[in-house]
Amino acid sequence: MAQSASRHRNLARRRIVGGLGVGLALLCAIIGAACLLIILGYVIVQGAGALNRDFLTQLPHPVGVPGGGVGNGILGTFIILGIATAMAIPIGLLTGIYLSLFGRGPIPEALRFLSDVLSGVPSIAIGLFAYAVLVAPFKHFSAFSASFAFMMLMLPLLVRTSEQAIRSVPQTVREGALALGMSNFRATVRIVIPTAMPAIITALLLAIARVIGETAPLLFTAFGSQFWESNPNRPMAVLALQVFTYAISPYPSWQAQAWGGALLLIGAVFVLSLGARLMLRRAMRGLEA
Amino acid sequence: MTVGPQFRRVARFVSPADRGFAAVVYGGSILFALLIIGLFVELVLGSWPSIIAFGPSFIWKSSWDPITSNFGALPMIFGTVMTSLIAIVLAAFIGIMAAVFLADFAPQWLGQPLSFLIELLAAVPSVVYGLWGLFVLAPFMRTTIGPALQHVLGWVPLFSGPIYGVGLLTGGIILALMIVPTVTAISRDVLVAIPRDLREASMALGSTKWETAIRVVLPAARVGVFGACVLALGRALGETIAVTMVIGNRPEISASLFAPSYTLASVIANEFTEATTSIYTSALIELGLILFLVSMAVNALARFMIWSVRGSERV
Repeated sequence: MAQSASRHRNLARRRIVGGLGVGLALLCAIIGAACLLIILGYVIVQGAGALNRDFLTQLPHPVGVPGGGVGNGILGTFIILGIATAMAIPIGLLTGIYLSLFGRGPIPEALRFLSDVLSGVPSIAIGLFAYAVLVAPFKHFSAFSASFAFMMLMLPLLVRTSEQAIRSVPQTVREGALALGMSNFRATVRIVIPTAMPAIITALLLAIARVIGETAPLLFTAFGSQFWESNPNRPMAVLALQVFTYAISPYPSWQAQAWGGALLLIGAVFVLSLGARLMLRRAMRGLEA
Repeated sequence: MTVGPQFRRVARFVSPADRGFAAVVYGGSILFALLIIGLFVELVLGSWPSIIAFGPSFIWKSSWDPITSNFGALPMIFGTVMTSLIAIVLAAFIGIMAAVFLADFAPQWLGQPLSFLIELLAAVPSVVYGLWGLFVLAPFMRTTIGPALQHVLGWVPLFSGPIYGVGLLTGGIILALMIVPTVTAISRDVLVAIPRDLREASMALGSTKWETAIRVVLPAARVGVFGACVLALGRALGETIAVTMVIGNRPEISASLFAPSYTLASVIANEFTEATTSIYTSALIELGLILFLVSMAVNALARFMIWSVRGSERV
């Protein structure tokens, strides 16, 4: 009798501990989610005030002159991202094709290892590399060197995803194309890659989302500019860099603009991430069908 | 990895178009490899003057004086290690607990939105974290959290001294926010992959659900969960802009977590364009090389651990 009572008490205690534990775990999950909502809330509330047409289309004004915007930074972001994407797609895709077609042996394994290494390299170290290769020899900062750094940051994700996407195209699809008399080249380019395309585009969107808010490598590559600049061989304003510069400036009007820029950046990143999710869902449905 | 022998036969590239295609594919891959090797080579070349001038003592000297060209990395190594440690302690606890909840307890209507929000936390740009940290978290640290901690734990040297708002602790907390999604997402995947049998066996032996999750499932997933934490640590070590904005940027070693400090990445971000002498530039690049080597080692360890549980699937 006594033993059973103590066992009951013991079980009750264990249940209470369990309940508290689950409560603690729930609390931790909520803390994580709440942090996002709090940061998002601040950025929206503080940033919305700064957003207007001038902010999106004007050049920055000097300190003390009200108004002005980050139009040149938005333009610069598009130019630098465009060049980076144009360079990253062929290299990433070709390496992905190589790894998926000739995937065994020491050389592909070494290449995968290098790609994984690259994905862990801090962006500031990649900025130093871009500086050493494309800024120091020419003795001036340039938007192109920033594109180069962004390309390096985008590559690991592109390589890995395109390899997996091409690999996941059923073998029968490729064999069917070959059986119809297509060469390997045509089968890959016309049949296999288009089938893998939704997954590759997803990866591309995620890669762009990763670098669009990246600031560290820009400090000594794109450097920033006060003017409308569209020549990639010259220093260029970039939105993320403007947010950083304005945020650490002592002027309240600039700090307000930093919040506006942050809202634009976070909006762009979320749109890209959500787009990537939708794309992925479509890709999955396509594979099931 | 699933290319069968029959495919290897048909995959021979014989026609001229195929051979050209193969050559282009090889070329792209070689370019990719060269870029990564070039990254390492350039970092070594760039830091060579500094390596020659200061030798290994660069790592444990604590002076950072551009005027006399006397450089030592110890204060930055200290700041990097301390902020990353604070971050990983906080993020590991919160992240693993959240992962346990999401994997074993959350009903779908709650689990999906929570996972989604935590994953979006990873998408917030670093500079936005920095902005928020500088204008919201740092003042809050100065007026509320800091004094409260000091009131309770002021006798510990870690929590002594003046509170500026910016400093090691603020940097660590911002980093923790940034790496929680990494810990949570990977740990949750590893936990979910633990076989159901293990859970059922534990429940059948009379464990409560909580005891099963903590004493059976979590230990079974420990290698993968630890790997997730190491991977997150790698991110924290190399994070630049957000930390630069809230760390205070002072190359000093202080016992207090409230004191301003410096990290390897933030000193490069702050001083690289202002470095006037070539030895100064070279010393900064050597800091970058140290950062590169450390984060590479940490990442390799993490990936090795996560693979060993997830099989051949790569992170």
